Amino acid sequence: MRTNVRRNVAAALASALAVTALAACGTSSSADDKPQASGGSTDATTPLDPKTKVTLSIDCMPPAAKAAELKEWKEDVAEFNKTYPNVTIEGRSTPGQCLEPPRFTAMLKAKSQPDVFYAYFTDLQQVLDNDGVQDISAYVTPASVPALDDIDKNVMDVLKRDGKLYGVPTSNYTMGLLVNRKLFQQAGLDPDSPPRSWDEVRTAAKKIAALGNGVAGFGEYSVENTGGWHYTATMYGMGGDIVGADGKAAFNNPTGRQIVDNLHAMRWEDDSMGKTQLLKWGDLQKQMASDKLGMFLAAPDDITYMVQQLGAKYDNFGMGPIPGGAATLAGGNGYMIKKGSSPDKVKAAIAWLNFKTLAVGKGQFRYDRSKADGLPVGLPQPAFFTGASKAKDDELKAASATMPVANFKPFLDHPVPGKPEPVKAQEVYKVLDKVMSGVLTNKDADPAQLLGDAEKAVNQVLGNQ
Amino acid sequence: MSAPTLPRDSRAEFLRAFKRNLTAHGFLIGAVLCFSFFSWYPMVREFLLAFQKTEGGATRWVGWDNFAYVFGDPNVWQAWRNTLLFTGLALALGFVVPFVVSLVLNEFRHAQGYLRLLVYLPVMMPPVASILLFKYFYDPGYGLFNRVLEFLHLPAQDWLQSTDTAMLSVVIASTWMNMGGATLIYLAALQGIPGELYEAAELDGAGLLRKVWHVTIPQTKLILSLMLLMQIIATMQVFVEPFLLTGGAGPEGSTTTVVVLIYQYAFSFNQYGGAAALGLCLLVLLAGFSALYVRLSRDNEN
Repeated sequence: MRTNVRRNVAAALASALAVTALAACGTSSSADDKPQASGGSTDATTPLDPKTKVTLSIDCMPPAAKAAELKEWKEDVAEFNKTYPNVTIEGRSTPGQCLEPPRFTAMLKAKSQPDVFYAYFTDLQQVLDNDGVQDISAYVTPASVPALDDIDKNVMDVLKRDGKLYGVPTSNYTMGLLVNRKLFQQAGLDPDSPPRSWDEVRTAAKKIAALGNGVAGFGEYSVENTGGWHYTATMYGMGGDIVGADGKAAFNNPTGRQIVDNLHAMRWEDDSMGKTQLLKWGDLQKQMASDKLGMFLAAPDDITYMVQQLGAKYDNFGMGPIPGGAATLAGGNGYMIKKGSSPDKVKAAIAWLNFKTLAVGKGQFRYDRSKADGLPVGLPQPAFFTGASKAKDDELKAASATMPVANFKPFLDHPVPGKPEPVKAQEVYKVLDKVMSGVLTNKDADPAQLLGDAEKAVNQVLGNQ
Repeated sequence: MSAPTLPRDSRAEFLRAFKRNLTAHGFLIGAVLCFSFFSWYPMVREFLLAFQKTEGGATRWVGWDNFAYVFGDPNVWQAWRNTLLFTGLALALGFVVPFVVSLVLNEFRHAQGYLRLLVYLPVMMPPVASILLFKYFYDPGYGLFNRVLEFLHLPAQDWLQSTDTAMLSVVIASTWMNMGGATLIYLAALQGIPGELYEAAELDGAGLLRKVWHVTIPQTKLILSLMLLMQIIATMQVFVEPFLLTGGAGPEGSTTTVVVLIYQYAFSFNQYGGAAALGLCLLVLLAGFSALYVRLSRDNEN
């Protein structure tokens, strides 16, 4: 979702193009999607025969503007081709985000997705609805992906439906509490132990806001679906839910009420949330990067954005677990394989994905190379390994860290179980935006009414499957 | 004289006329192609889409389902209320302010060219730049407007951040951005009024207000009513201002207009059918106003 929001503006502009693309790309699937008559094996369990010639088109090759990432991609292709000389990797680069929803939808409807395509965890239902993805359960085994048993089960489960596996993860995120260390110190708070409950957040926010000079203690979104997204994250942290097991809205209850009341108190009684509201993704980052904001809910890659785009310094930020700590909103992205690909193609794709994104010390996890290329190393995510793979990955990461990793210790030492986004996430978030904007802009907001109206609207959205 | 059969004659006539205007037809073809690809075809598609559902990679006819969905959505009613509020406020402000400004400008005998340019300048600014500017002006913490109010010892306002003032704030920004064009049109109309009428009114002892009431307004009535209709049509379709100023929602959705909602249906929720249905409703309403506009402008020509 976080990435969804960032894309929204660009997506709006791209949507007109997407419609054209839909028309233009309608016939790009080629004959080689059919099982090959010769030189291949249809048995999923046998490894790829090195003699088999396969061409793979793959989404999301870094664009030329990301010179270091592109260089690494090319190096990896060359390295991979040493083992599999007959596999041709045809990378397709995207200028902005790897996935813009309108373009992605158009691509699926036209069946013009590449052999190996990039998708967000939340896209699985849409991909299945469009009959666009290959079941790869039989192909992904400890033989083809050696670290398989060490990949977090929760992450893999997101890519499964009815026991079948439809993709492999490339990165993931969970949300936590991002803090500005400078402001924490100025306010006499300990940046190495960020608040763990909402009462503590409220107390800390008051102290930070007391610094004056336009500094806010805590910040929150309320438009463009980001308000609902954060309401959901807060709810998960407190052990609640947005959509219950019965498929109906599950937030109009004492837990949901507590979130609204707490925000109302911080905004209007404590005046610790700043006067400017109706913020969206990107706004809080700007405030925090310029030392005007003490805390907000975020994923670790927000820090990359603040450092690379807004000129902040890594050592000014730290992270703790999400307040409440019962569960945290989790998301991420991965690669899926186009429906109808030949077994050899699937095998080649898994071999590449394993090499590039799933093997400790290789591909995206070659931290020494990232450091040498001037890319950030040391953020706590992506992190989907467990067990021995995790230990090894942590060790490699620490050895090449380009930032003070101790700042993220509270986040790493108190892992909170990740929980996926609710069904029809974007529509539900849009409804919940109203709750957030209501409580943050209206001193006399009626929480019961806000939640009641939102419950009705969400049930309408959910009923309209 | 033998009488040639009529059809052959008219065909020859047509061919002659066609050859005579060959260049004109050549130019016309380009325009017709562009309009058909980029305007008429999408309009026909939109009409069809309103009765179709496009989920699961296939399109099927669903009759009036999309309309039922749209009218069952409480957001739609709020969006219509917001749009009407915007139109009402935009007429109260955006109609009166340029007219008054043009009256004032018309009184200046010197430097009128420069003043016209000054009034028109905001129109030349890219809308996104103007809107970002207003976003900073409206900021309740550091914004220029609250600083000015503070200086005047007036209470600070929440501007975009309160359900009471959000729409008004959008209208103020919109008026500022668009008033230049309307002002120039009014000014042209004012300058077309014969001076003798004012002289006669002055001889009869009329003051400024009575001159405006008895001479200016009757003389510019047609232009005023045309502009009124055009403004209604334009403001009912407002999108850029609320979308950029308030993220398309504002406090508790108080600035979501119909067109913003159409956008959200299509590009946030993948509800193309709902978007098309709502767009069609708006189209029907605006077509009514447009018919009125055409009729008025015909009266004007007569």
